[in-house]
Amino acid sequence: MHPAPSVIVFTTLSGLGFGLLIWLGAGQPAVTGWTALAFFVIAYLLAAGGLVASTFHLGRPERAPLAFTQWRTSWLSREAWASVAALVVMCLYGAGLVFFGERYAWLGWAGTALSLATVLCTAMIYAQLRTVPRWHSALTPALFLVISLAGGGLLAGQLQAALLLLPLAAALQVAWWWRGDRALARSGTDMGTATGLGARGKVRAFEPPHTGTNYLLREFVHEVGRRHARRLRALTLGLGYLAPALLILLPFAHVWAVVAVALHLTGVAAGRWLFFAEAEHVVGLYYGKR
Amino acid sequence: MTDLPTTTDRKLGLVIDLDTCVGCHACVVSCKGWNTENYGAPLSDQDPYGADPTGTFLNRVHSYEIQPETGPAQLVHFPKSCLHCEDAPCVTVCPTGASYKRVEDGIVLVNESDCIGCGLCAWACPYGAREMDAAEGVMKKCTLCVDRIYNENLPQEDRVPACVRTCPAGARHFGDLGDPDSDVSRLVAERGGMDLMPEQGTKPVNQYLPPRPRDALEPAGDVDVLAPYLEPVASEARGFIGWLDRALDRLPGGRDGEGP
Ligand code: SF4
Ligand code: SF4
Ligand code: SF4
Repeated sequence: MHPAPSVIVFTTLSGLGFGLLIWLGAGQPAVTGWTALAFFVIAYLLAAGGLVASTFHLGRPERAPLAFTQWRTSWLSREAWASVAALVVMCLYGAGLVFFGERYAWLGWAGTALSLATVLCTAMIYAQLRTVPRWHSALTPALFLVISLAGGGLLAGQLQAALLLLPLAAALQVAWWWRGDRALARSGTDMGTATGLGARGKVRAFEPPHTGTNYLLREFVHEVGRRHARRLRALTLGLGYLAPALLILLPFAHVWAVVAVALHLTGVAAGRWLFFAEAEHVVGLYYGKR
Repeated sequence: MTDLPTTTDRKLGLVIDLDTCVGCHACVVSCKGWNTENYGAPLSDQDPYGADPTGTFLNRVHSYEIQPETGPAQLVHFPKSCLHCEDAPCVTVCPTGASYKRVEDGIVLVNESDCIGCGLCAWACPYGAREMDAAEGVMKKCTLCVDRIYNENLPQEDRVPACVRTCPAGARHFGDLGDPDSDVSRLVAERGGMDLMPEQGTKPVNQYLPPRPRDALEPAGDVDVLAPYLEPVASEARGFIGWLDRALDRLPGGRDGEGP
């Protein structure tokens, strides 16, 4: 799949932002007043900033409100609802903390649940697609949720929890890669089933339908060099999970937290780039690609 | 609504004959022509006369080579447009309701005035049947020429999809695949019509007829039927022609000069 910058920025930033909201709603850390304001501003900049970035890849962004209509079948529509509901509820909850110094716990928990639901919906948009075997797995939502919780925990200063969640995220990431590398072969879809001619012999793409490129090739056929991918995977694990965990273990961990968050974000973004760039869409088979 | 209908009254679709398709791309051109002038936004091209032309098409023809275990390879031309799937994943993922499947005839369409151009439906389609129009920012796909097949302003023989009407080899057939007695259903039964990527669970309505086995004219092994006619009649020129040949060779620019 084409690694569109808008979508990588969106899933990375909003994942972190909603991750922070998950912790804030749960009252971890228990902040009020100015400190609460600072936390909420950061969370909203990340979450809402990510959402705005996601509209950049729409062909007709001015019609975006229509995306709320099909929640019965569409994960993208559900994501729209969950994210707006989470932002509204957390805004009320945050107002209570900042202006009245009151923690309306039930509102906070509702916000936490809605923020979790938003991350889940984002992941399900990808996990539901049978056409991309690498994504079509329960591991995908699990990975998105744990990354979000770990990053959010780091940002919320919940270092104890982050120390547990970061290695868990790393382990899930490795498991996800391991499964993903075998997913296309296991899906049973190949040039034989794509053309229906597989039983007759070895099928080879002889001539594509067009001499130039087209939307399908631009959007769905992206090939990453093996060495390049290996390097980025190491970067994801090292920067995204290992380095932040080590920084937390240092003395004065809270001073290092900012660096840890920056490294984590870089690592997750590299992982997200690979998430798209390495994903094989079965339509590539019609072009003899993969 | 992007809920799929549980059943449709009819299942209109195409039957594509891989045995007779000659790969002429006439259906590609007629489809582009009809659908640029009719239903919805025109199918735009970018840089059409420049170095790197691209454009939106609803129907494209691939060519594949099949190499069996033994015997010669076979070339198959392979037209592909939307298969109007019964379990169309492109419809259920759509957040706006722009994509829908019609209850009356099973045609899968995009309501372009509701489409936000998110592209998710194209991600969900395993066949590459949907293309985002770069000029309009909305999703385009085969309409099964819904504006021809019911069009009372056209003579009866033209009330079939443009690609079907134009195919010089008769490789594309249109009809109701939900009716077991229709011509297309009988053709599918007779020729062993098949689904593309059945494991994707889309239940395509369009069916593909496999190429027939090749005639076995030749005995075992490769035989070059032209070989006897291509034997040189004389290897060395003699007499006057021989003299002329040698004289010409001696001229500047003769045999040792350039040229193939
Ligand atoms: S071929 Fe693709 S676009 Fe057409 S109905 Fe099936 S999934 Fe949808
Ligand atoms: S591109 Fe248009 S038709 Fe396709 S899913 Fe998005 S809104 Fe629906
Ligand atoms: S039915 Fe019409 S829109 Fe569909 S491929 Fe044929 S000509 Fe194109």
